[in-house]
Amino acid sequence: MKPLRKLLDKIKPNFQKGGKLEKLFPAFDAFETFLFVPDHTTTAKGAHIRDAIDLKRTMILVVISLIPCLLFGMWNVGYQHHLALGMNDASLIDNFIFGAIKVMPIVIVSYGSGLGVEFIFAIIRKHTINEGFLVSGMLIPLVMPVDVPLWMVAVSTIFAVIIGKEVFGGTGMNILNPALTARAFLFFAYPTKISGDVVWINTSAGKGQAIVDGFSGATPLGNAAAGLADKIPDTMQSFIGLIPGSIGETSTIACLIGAAILLYTGIGSWRIMLSVFVGGYLMAVIFNLFGLNTLMQITPLHHLVLGGFAFGAIFMATDPVSAAQTTAGKYIYGFLIGMFAILFRVFNPAYPEGMMLAILFMNVMAPLIDHYVVGANIKRRLKRAKPVKDA
Amino acid sequence: MSANIKIKKGLNIKLTGQAALSIASLPLPELFAIKPPDFAGLTPKLLVKVGDEVLAGTPLIYDKNNENIKFSSPVSGEVVEILRGGKRRIMEIKILADKEIKYASFTKANPSNLDRKEITDNLLSSGVWPFIRQRPFGTVANPAETPKSIFISAFDTNPLAADLNFTMPGDDPNFQTGINALKKLTDGNIHLNINNRGNTSPVFTQAKGVVINKISGPHPAGNVGVQIHHIDPVNKGEIVWYINPQDVLIIGRLFNEGRFDASRIIALTGSQVKNPKYYSTVLGASIKNIVDDGGLEDGDHRIISGSILSGSQVSIYGYLGFYDSQLAVIPEGNEFEFMGWLAPGFKKYSMSRAFFSWLQPKKEFDIDTNLHGEERPFVMTGQYEKVFPMDIYPVQLLKSILIEDIDMMEKLGIYEVVEEDFALCEFVCTSKIKSQEIIRRGLNMVMKEFS
Repeated sequence: MKPLRKLLDKIKPNFQKGGKLEKLFPAFDAFETFLFVPDHTTTAKGAHIRDAIDLKRTMILVVISLIPCLLFGMWNVGYQHHLALGMNDASLIDNFIFGAIKVMPIVIVSYGSGLGVEFIFAIIRKHTINEGFLVSGMLIPLVMPVDVPLWMVAVSTIFAVIIGKEVFGGTGMNILNPALTARAFLFFAYPTKISGDVVWINTSAGKGQAIVDGFSGATPLGNAAAGLADKIPDTMQSFIGLIPGSIGETSTIACLIGAAILLYTGIGSWRIMLSVFVGGYLMAVIFNLFGLNTLMQITPLHHLVLGGFAFGAIFMATDPVSAAQTTAGKYIYGFLIGMFAILFRVFNPAYPEGMMLAILFMNVMAPLIDHYVVGANIKRRLKRAKPVKDA
Repeated sequence: MSANIKIKKGLNIKLTGQAALSIASLPLPELFAIKPPDFAGLTPKLLVKVGDEVLAGTPLIYDKNNENIKFSSPVSGEVVEILRGGKRRIMEIKILADKEIKYASFTKANPSNLDRKEITDNLLSSGVWPFIRQRPFGTVANPAETPKSIFISAFDTNPLAADLNFTMPGDDPNFQTGINALKKLTDGNIHLNINNRGNTSPVFTQAKGVVINKISGPHPAGNVGVQIHHIDPVNKGEIVWYINPQDVLIIGRLFNEGRFDASRIIALTGSQVKNPKYYSTVLGASIKNIVDDGGLEDGDHRIISGSILSGSQVSIYGYLGFYDSQLAVIPEGNEFEFMGWLAPGFKKYSMSRAFFSWLQPKKEFDIDTNLHGEERPFVMTGQYEKVFPMDIYPVQLLKSILIEDIDMMEKLGIYEVVEEDFALCEFVCTSKIKSQEIIRRGLNMVMKEFS
């Protein structure tokens, strides 16, 4: 890789202070550090050695952990499409290729528009380009319905990066999870494109194809909210992910593979993941005791595999920046997300997908939780001091 | 009375270049130096000028804020240079040593028969006093104050640290004499903290007049700050003193022999040293002959006086730090690495399992000084907490320093920490934040506020 390094060293002065393209330094820097881990060394006083991990490595591992969801999502898009058209004999490859053709443009638009905004901001505000969007750019397509117009993906991504992140100071400073901000923007700005029963499954019929009789394109939760208990797929089907829904969220198995990667490498917080599931489970148990309507009757385990619950618990709630930061706070934060997600689902049929709103709500509440957890620590310290003063 | 404490959080970093258990004795080097930057918060004032003849124990500088505290020459000879840095700050006072060390003479007496003032005066006038430091702030102790207890950590868990059971074998009577002197300085206990695992030198286990606490667990279990936190924590307005075991010997020698004998055994360690082993030397010694004797591998390297996790870089012509008993030489990582963040990383050490090096959990690593990334804002959470065994929120404390909120720093426990307590946090940090520098900045802010 010496020639590449030489080339970079040769063009680098153009981008440094006084160079012709000085203003584009953040862009050059992003490109250079993408290719090469820089030669920066530790300071003369302090820790002289450092752990090999950095934010790029962390983020790329999260992206890797999302790949099972992406691949399954692509396949499921094709599967649902062919199912709707009564082509039950479509092969795995057919399903996958159809899905990939539908999903890849969304991924490309998400990364393209988001990174574009990041570069512009980095240049205007003269800071380096952070790696945070590597993950957001992958999360956004996975929480979109397959039939969402591409321009809407671009608009909501741009909104999320600017309002969700950059106005607060960029990666590490944001209050809300950027990917969910994008989804929430879409949800409230263009509700018809992200709810109802026409966007979840691509039903574009080719020559000689027709939608089968009795087809409903609603998500299981949409059906449940409408009281159609017999249209809810069973727990196993939902667990595998053979249901309509946002591209990456349907398969709990794929999410769990991602969770395994995150937990084994030590990057995801098991405390948050576990407490979200516990909170959701308990809430569903409580509703089961009443069982007044279809949504209340769904069994706890079934609740956890429906909709975006698992995806949200594993990939969204655990975003370290917008989650609670203290150990005790993480348990509370996760538990409440789980509870609220089921609560929103059951009590507000207009928003059958409660996970998104539950996480965004708890993102806002997380600093408050931390405030009280840290406050308890301060009180402990003050209490410790007292007996000594009396003596 | 004595506590038995299990530390669970922490990290033992396995590095190559452990010192072999043998002590080499080299002729003393020609040059020695006292380095004022070794002392936190010190404003040094000179007592000598270039050309002056000094004895071992002749004061070279004193503390402007506390004129009783003097720092003495470790050897006899001639002051040959006073090196100044930016803003004319005194960096080094260099002494050209005599062939044979001549000692200034001080009170020689059994400390048990002396009162507190006589002991303090003897320690201050000989320049032995600065070996005693205090929490909060990690500065040299103030002789006008009485600490609630004194702490001695009898083991060092830093990577490649000198094994104190090896450097202090047998039953050196100077240790007990030193303890007896320290005993007069506090109304509380002297806590001698030993490692619960492995054998401990009899010099520690047979010490009298101390509370022996057993501590176990990974690094930083051996850090005195962690031990203080768990045994007798520092609240606002309270003071605890601490001292290194080898420096207790120096106090002992002062009272037993009436002289400032700052000899010390240090470990030369690190992956770049061909023959890492122990050396018998004197405080402030030029390190060149020791490093040359150990032999270095080819390539760029960095020499560190003190711990690899919190020490100071020194040049080959530099000097051993005042409190240090370790020299380490590791490779300088000033090279670009192609797609390093994407590589499988079989040879990359990480606390996480983000690299495939987790396949070899027992492997010793050769880590260079590369940052392995760029500095970023705080993103990951829960990482510091894994290696920070105190009931303190490390990230929140650092943030309170960044926003210069002194009230919040106090509430979050800044009085209990110094740089070395955050060394592992700095090591594991994904965002490459310089925690130790920030902590010192916070401590200086608090000191200034209340001075």
